[in-house]
Amino acid sequence: MGQTEDLTGTAEPQELLQLPLDAWHRARGGRMVPFAGYLMPVQYEGIMAEHLWTREHAGLFDVSHMGQLRVSGPGATEALEALMPGDFAALKPGRIRYSLLLSEEGGILDDLMVTREEDGFFLVVNGATKWDDIGHLREHLPDEITLHHLEEHALLALQGPRAAEALAAVVPGVDSLGFMQAAAFAWRGHALGISRSGYTGEDGFEISVPAEAAEALADALAAHPEVKPIGLGARDSLRLEAGLPLYGHDLDEGTTPVAAGLEFALSKRRRAEGGFPGVDRILRELAEGAPLRLAGLAVEGRQPVREGAEVVDASGAVIGRVTSGGFAPSVGAPIALAYLPAALAVPGARITLSQRGKPHAAQVAALPFVPHRYVRKGS
Amino acid sequence: MSRYFTEDHEWIDVDGDIGTVGITEYAQGQLGDIVFVETPDEGRALAKGDDAAVVESVKAASDVYSPVSGTVIEGNAALADKPELVNEDAEGEGWFFKLTLSDPAELEGLMDEAKYAEFVSKL
Repeated sequence: MGQTEDLTGTAEPQELLQLPLDAWHRARGGRMVPFAGYLMPVQYEGIMAEHLWTREHAGLFDVSHMGQLRVSGPGATEALEALMPGDFAALKPGRIRYSLLLSEEGGILDDLMVTREEDGFFLVVNGATKWDDIGHLREHLPDEITLHHLEEHALLALQGPRAAEALAAVVPGVDSLGFMQAAAFAWRGHALGISRSGYTGEDGFEISVPAEAAEALADALAAHPEVKPIGLGARDSLRLEAGLPLYGHDLDEGTTPVAAGLEFALSKRRRAEGGFPGVDRILRELAEGAPLRLAGLAVEGRQPVREGAEVVDASGAVIGRVTSGGFAPSVGAPIALAYLPAALAVPGARITLSQRGKPHAAQVAALPFVPHRYVRKGS
Repeated sequence: MSRYFTEDHEWIDVDGDIGTVGITEYAQGQLGDIVFVETPDEGRALAKGDDAAVVESVKAASDVYSPVSGTVIEGNAALADKPELVNEDAEGEGWFFKLTLSDPAELEGLMDEAKYAEFVSKL
């Protein structure tokens, strides 16, 4: 038996770093694998069980590989708007926007969460891209803007329909937050930054915690009977069912916000005023459409069709590509995300995929595959 | 009946010139939740080491190699609807295919249960 494809890809020889909860994961049976330069738990009891547990109860994820950045100083709003298409001027303290770092050509350098704090912005960026992001920000932000990398902070995510109840038992008051809202809390003398957001399609929270308190907080959360630790494997299958793109797979510098279906990240005022990288191309694509569009696929049969599979036409010519794919535990069937010619990227369209020389029939599906269950609260 | 093992984590039970092939308990544990199995068609001629079957878990796709040369006489049809049989009973009901051995001498290069256990303990 030999592996042909793996979630984590081929490990390149590099020095792997440990995260604050390394020993905590190992003590709970986490199987540690290389990911984004760190050793991370891919699973504990099994991806399927962990996935389904998160949809029904609450899953505790360690996402400390992600970059936590603080941007402050006079003109921080304008400085960030020069690099991203979000309306940060209208973002009130404690509110979060999903945004995109864009290249001059309108390509996506990273996707990220931007939270307005009282005296600046808190950014959460992808682990695999954080060093490039920091370099990009340092190069482009004016000198009077301070960029602080919170390297001594862990990031935990608690996701699932019972997450609010479990987190409120440890940190009273968090259930006052609505989806995409954030606030500071104190726990045993440590400052926590908590947002009601996540990457599973479920209600849930992300908790920025000083590294020295991360293990105690993880213990306190995992002590709740509705909470189990969940690995990266289920994180990937949960986000795929939720139709959420993964940077480095569904998004990269060669993809644009319109092609990726991320028009909602292009704020109305910014579309009107411009002033962000790649604005000409992005506005043109908004008006005329992008040649390729990211779409969800329901794959027929049981065999997963994974990243790298080709979309082919009747003559066998390659017309698109699968960027994420796998077996969807809550759907009970294989699903995928693929870039398709725009004319085919409509729900119901039938397409053919080719993987290792074998054809697979698929149908374009509306996203998300599994309905989002966010808990919204009025402003 | 004797059971042999490969370094690629296949097992083969041999009864006369008929072999039954599957993946080991260790392999299923490493793969995790198995969601799809493709077994070879009856009549397919396999050389030792050929890609004979495909097993896919939630996170990975793997090829299963034929431990010996021979001709396939049956794939395990039960795996089409219940691939999880491989997780539940990898070295029993979760078998992949049966074949007629064309060169039983090839078995001499495989491990017995004790040697395989020792091999796995060093991984």
